[in-house]
Amino acid sequence: MAAASLSLSGVTKVYGRTGTETHALGPIDLTIEPGTFVSVVGPSGCGKSTLLRLVAGLEPASDGRIERDGAPLTGPSREVGIVFQDHVLFPWASILENVLLPAEVLGLPKAPARARALHLLEMTGLKDFAGARPQMLSGGMKQRAAFCRALLADPKMLLLDEPFGALDALTREELSLELSRLWQELGRTALLITHDIEEAILLGDRVIIMSARPGRIRADIPVDLARPRDVRTAQHPRFIEIKQQVRDLIFARPND
Amino acid sequence: MARTPRPAMADRLTTPIIYLVLLVAWEACTRYFRVPGWVLPMPSAIATTAWEWAPELASNTLVTMRETLVGFVLALVLSVPLAVVIAFAPVARRILYPILLGLQSIPKVALAPLVILWLGIGEWPKVVIVVLVCFFPILVNVVAGLEAAPRNMLDLMRSLTATQLSIFLRLRLLVALPPLFPGCKVAITFAVIGSVIGEFVAAQDGLGYLILTSTAQSQTPLAFAALLVLTVLSVVLFYAIEAVERRVVTWTP
Ligand SMILES: Nc1ncnc2c1ncn2[C@@H]1O[C@H](COP(=O)(O)OP(=O)(O)OP(=O)(O)O)[C@@H](O)[C@H]1O
Ligand SMILES: [Mg+2]
Repeated sequence: MAAASLSLSGVTKVYGRTGTETHALGPIDLTIEPGTFVSVVGPSGCGKSTLLRLVAGLEPASDGRIERDGAPLTGPSREVGIVFQDHVLFPWASILENVLLPAEVLGLPKAPARARALHLLEMTGLKDFAGARPQMLSGGMKQRAAFCRALLADPKMLLLDEPFGALDALTREELSLELSRLWQELGRTALLITHDIEEAILLGDRVIIMSARPGRIRADIPVDLARPRDVRTAQHPRFIEIKQQVRDLIFARPND
Repeated sequence: MARTPRPAMADRLTTPIIYLVLLVAWEACTRYFRVPGWVLPMPSAIATTAWEWAPELASNTLVTMRETLVGFVLALVLSVPLAVVIAFAPVARRILYPILLGLQSIPKVALAPLVILWLGIGEWPKVVIVVLVCFFPILVNVVAGLEAAPRNMLDLMRSLTATQLSIFLRLRLLVALPPLFPGCKVAITFAVIGSVIGEFVAAQDGLGYLILTSTAQSQTPLAFAALLVLTVLSVVLFYAIEAVERRVVTWTP
């Protein structure tokens, strides 16, 4: 099974020059086993996106070590798929061309890439829109396309930075359940940043709660709910119990 | 989609009708107040003269159009690579931008006699003047466009381990395409002015030359006819670029 492991030790991020620096993150120690789904929640500005950008190799850590599959991180990798808060689809390209972007950039063989892209679009109900421009699609459909693009090159790890953050509540719930199913099918490692506690629990094997800036890990809650999870999971007593626990931890004062 | 043909027809007709009304008013005023033809000719007189002089008007229009188009295309071909260099090499930006800005600030009317002194009175000096007036609006827009790639799109490309060349070809160039066209539209109207400036200084043909000689000989209707053709030329070129733009930039950025 091609899923990646991830380990962070003593990772910090400081933005800006000395004198005017922002201590955005850390130190963070975190280990993620291959194939697990980890949700991260925390107050706004606590460094969640920063954490994701470091793990993605988009930004170097100021201190500490990040290892993927036991090797130190040197930069972005084709084995990682990212979905950002906004879809980031190119307006000049069709949905299919957008989904094929990783194959284009990485120079993957055309025919299999195309077949996989069409398969992904079919799975996400976008097949009829393969030839359409992004502006023809609703917000939820655009985000589905962004997921297809992230999955095209069959990454070992998915990094999701509030992928449903820009969507309405209904679409959000629909897409997160879809993601839950998809993830179970694929069995890849996933790191999900979210503002939504229910979403974090519904999707995650673990929920990591971060403290206010500079973000540190305040708690790491295992989610021992059976899979597959669906709409009814949210009514499960255990779900409600975990939700209360997470809420208490988020809203607790730092010195408690 | 289901737009009724009535308002569409009305929309299309408003502009010609207004122009027609203005023409009629012009004709009526010049007749009524008996304005001498060498001061302000009647539209009917201009039309008759244009008809009589049609071959001369056509051949001179061809010259001016050639100077304008060759100069414009040359400016485009020169300024796009220059914009790339300026956008991506900070050193080039520090050295070239002040020079180009300086060149842009010199009134081209003042530069025209020198260009003609160096290059003679053929068509090439006019082309050079056209290039000088055109390149800047194109350059500035392309530089801005090349730098306008959104951070999240750049992050996406970087996360896919794209090389700088790949980012340039797949992202930056396409982001720079929509701003290229407004630059070209400004440039093409400047280009027509540029060739006329050149023809005013020294020329043997061209619409500018025709205007100059006909006013000198008090053939005001002919000057007006040439002026009119010049205006139409400029407007047609402008809309031609807009048509290309509509075909190329099919997305809203
Ligand atoms: N490029 C940057 N330069 C300077 N400071 C930055 C930069 N990026 C983020 N920061 C700062 O780092 C801190 C953490 O930012 P980050 O975006 O990681 O927070 P976040 O938890 O994702 O917030 P949100 O929940 O609002 O998305 C903030 O104080 C932010 O101002
Ligand atoms: Mg964020």
